[in-house]
Amino acid sequence: MRLLTHNMLSSNIKGVINGFPLGIVVEKVIEKPVEMNPDFLKNMFAKIEWKALVDASRSMGYTELPEQADSSMLDSVDFLQRFHHALLELHLEEGALVCPETGRKFPVNKGIPNMLLHEDEV
Amino acid sequence: MKLKQLEGLLGNLQQFSNPKVELEQYPTGPHIASRMLYTAENSFGDVGDRVVADFGCGCGTLGIAAALLGAEHVVGVDVDSQSLEIASANAEELEVELNLVQCDLGNLDFRGQIVDTVIMNPPFGTRKKGVDMEFLRVALAVASQAVYSLHKTSTREHVKRAALRDFNASSAEVLCELRYDVPHLYKFHKKKEVDIAVDLWRFVPRGA
Ligand SMILES: C[S@@+](CC[C@H](N)C(=O)[O-])C[C@H]1O[C@@H](n2cnc3c(N)ncnc32)[C@H](O)[C@@H]1O
Repeated sequence: MRLLTHNMLSSNIKGVINGFPLGIVVEKVIEKPVEMNPDFLKNMFAKIEWKALVDASRSMGYTELPEQADSSMLDSVDFLQRFHHALLELHLEEGALVCPETGRKFPVNKGIPNMLLHEDEV
Repeated sequence: MKLKQLEGLLGNLQQFSNPKVELEQYPTGPHIASRMLYTAENSFGDVGDRVVADFGCGCGTLGIAAALLGAEHVVGVDVDSQSLEIASANAEELEVELNLVQCDLGNLDFRGQIVDTVIMNPPFGTRKKGVDMEFLRVALAVASQAVYSLHKTSTREHVKRAALRDFNASSAEVLCELRYDVPHLYKFHKKKEVDIAVDLWRFVPRGA
């Protein structure tokens, strides 16, 4: 699972008010290189939650993203490369996603998060 | 990539090994899947460089087709873990990246306007009434550009009304009518249901 997917997911357990962003428990991270698409990154920058991406990438062991970012940084190739790497090349392969309010863990196996809710959570 | 080439690649994908009746697990065939994605890309530019979600992705045919046509990020969502494992193996086989999430679509809530296009072959709602409309509701809430979906031709008026009136679509258009082979998987299928008429729809969410 890429961190772009992480940036879209939240915990929908009944009663949870702010289920975003999900925490990350890491057992295994893998990296899969892909070609960088600067226009795509510029477009995504406006849509994602930067802080959630920074925190998620740190939990995954990648510390090269600046704490704060603004759109003027998109002119820097160096910045784009880091953003690209964090957003699209890091994958959570084994571990869990954690509901920020209840601490409930959603397991991630073979890269697939299991977001199914139990009966009493719907 | 040419249409024939896409159809050929999709034809080699592994399909449901143990289809679950109650989830309406029948494969979106390579003929339909290739035309659906080819149209989305070549007539509307809704796939290349986009974020695409495949709802009820099953073994991943539609999502993989999107990745083959140049989608930048593809997420497949299904409730069933066995199908997701097959989807994952299929993606690996064709060397494309497919992010998969196990979730009941009724509880799905993708944040932000990150997904551009939803492509899907939802259950037709023959086992669980209304599930097709539930998929459409969620798809139109999530997509920021377009939704492509297959629905039984017999439900055309209903689909149109629901999309425009209840799910906030600004347009709902049938692109073509197709024949869908529902294989003889299920004993309850009467013979006449083996090949059914389905519409390929394109919906545009309001604000796109
Ligand atoms: C007609 S099949 C789609 C097949 C898929 N396009 C393929 O080519 O393999 C419908 C799919 O929806 C899934 N499904 C049914 N109900 C669901 C639900 N409530 N949430 C998520 N997925 C569901 C089934 O598991 C099945 O894979």
